Amino acid sequence: MINFQYARADDVADAVRRIAADPTAKFVAGGTNLIDLMKEDVERPSRLIDISRLPLKSVEETSDGGLRIGALVPNSDLAWHPLIERRYPLLSSAILAGASQQLRNMASTGGNLLQRTRCFYFYDTATPCNKRKPGSGCSAIDGINRISAILGTSEACIATHPSDMCVALAALEARVHVAGPKGERVIAFNDFHRLPGNTPHLDTNLQPNEIVIAVELPAQGFAKNYSYLKIRDRLSYAFALVSVAAALELEGDTIRQARLALGGVAHKPWRDAAAEAALRGQPASQATFTHAADLLLRDAKGFTHNTFKIELARRSIVRALTQAAQATPQSQSDKKIR
Amino acid sequence: MVQTSTAKRSGNPIPVPHKISVAITVNGVETTLEVAPWTTLLDALRDHLNLTGTKKGCDHGQCGACTVLVDGRRINSCLTLAVMKDGAKVTTIEGLATEGALHLLQQAFIDHDAFQCGYCTPGQICSAAGLIAEGKAKSADEIRELMSGNICRCGAYPNIVAAIQQAMGKMGGTP
Repeated sequence: MINFQYARADDVADAVRRIAADPTAKFVAGGTNLIDLMKEDVERPSRLIDISRLPLKSVEETSDGGLRIGALVPNSDLAWHPLIERRYPLLSSAILAGASQQLRNMASTGGNLLQRTRCFYFYDTATPCNKRKPGSGCSAIDGINRISAILGTSEACIATHPSDMCVALAALEARVHVAGPKGERVIAFNDFHRLPGNTPHLDTNLQPNEIVIAVELPAQGFAKNYSYLKIRDRLSYAFALVSVAAALELEGDTIRQARLALGGVAHKPWRDAAAEAALRGQPASQATFTHAADLLLRDAKGFTHNTFKIELARRSIVRALTQAAQATPQSQSDKKIR
Repeated sequence: MVQTSTAKRSGNPIPVPHKISVAITVNGVETTLEVAPWTTLLDALRDHLNLTGTKKGCDHGQCGACTVLVDGRRINSCLTLAVMKDGAKVTTIEGLATEGALHLLQQAFIDHDAFQCGYCTPGQICSAAGLIAEGKAKSADEIRELMSGNICRCGAYPNIVAAIQQAMGKMGGTP
């Protein structure tokens, strides 16, 4: 482990003041990713600012029928919160598909958004990585890239975002509340994470002196027709090769509203407006779902070892949309995919 | 004289921090420790308190051997900084037995031969205690899923699930 200083923030304003005063400091809440990266010598903060005691641990109803989730609500509490289970079961399911119960007990809502990629080369300090060391090169493009992205990649980086929770939050069109020296602002979920472009060291549009304080869910929760389907190398406790959050609003057999977000395939939870538009107004059928999947994957590009992900994603999209339409969401404990 | 480490970020050496006083209750005993910021709860338990029942497996949150209960919830102690747990109540494998009697989970693991080498067992048992307290797992599938953060390289999984089912029945779903 590296040497660092430790401080505890008294309140959100104090946390912002402390991070603004020390650009090499980092916030720590659950610590599940950051402390691991510090042990690996990938993250090297000079100071950790402990925000784990700040009063950001409640789930509150908003005036427009949604929910405001405090940034420090642990992942496990959120997944099992009665309002989330009842009104946003897609989110509950996605959270329970990720990590282990021990890690979910520690990990915070805000921290889940800010976790780093699990690309092998990001972790391996002996190899070049543009995300870890800008300008050093990407070892994954010509390396072992089985887990890498197939959508939205750049010549600088083909890493994926590892979160399951964020895939559901993208589908639900959550909004991220952040605080900084100039006050608070709200970021649409789709604008929170970035594509790599030529700046893959920047995962998100959160500024270095800002802190995530809450995640807000809009009223529409798609509680009836949803599924979170995660495909991985073992049945539990593994990152997604491909995951799909599917949410539909049906009128009879006709799709009135559709959301589709993918994990494990890009630098951010992947949504495609054209694919979702192709679902709206159409019958909830295999043909409709296949067409939407083809549209979403029209620009997909495989690398040496991950071309299989394109067909895997296509089939996963069709299966997840079918599960959603039939109101038979994927179980996260019975692993049979039906 | 202020000590500095050789570690440099932004060109400036970082002073070696003073040790920080942390009050934690471990297995019912109040303890004050003087720890460096980077001392994990796992290292504090093993190296400062000599409670070596909690095991260091991977030290990266991937194996679950370091699982302990903090304020009743199971966590990976290897990814937890001791300084962040000031005021917490920690239960380790050494704290589960009462008045000389094994905890129901410990007895169930023996009854079902739920281990071979035993290295993962303290983490498995603490994790199972957390699982039973959560009250979410009912079926064998659900136990397997919610125990997936504890790896057993000897492959005693079927017996571990059977042991947890036995203890869960006797404990009526409460810890």
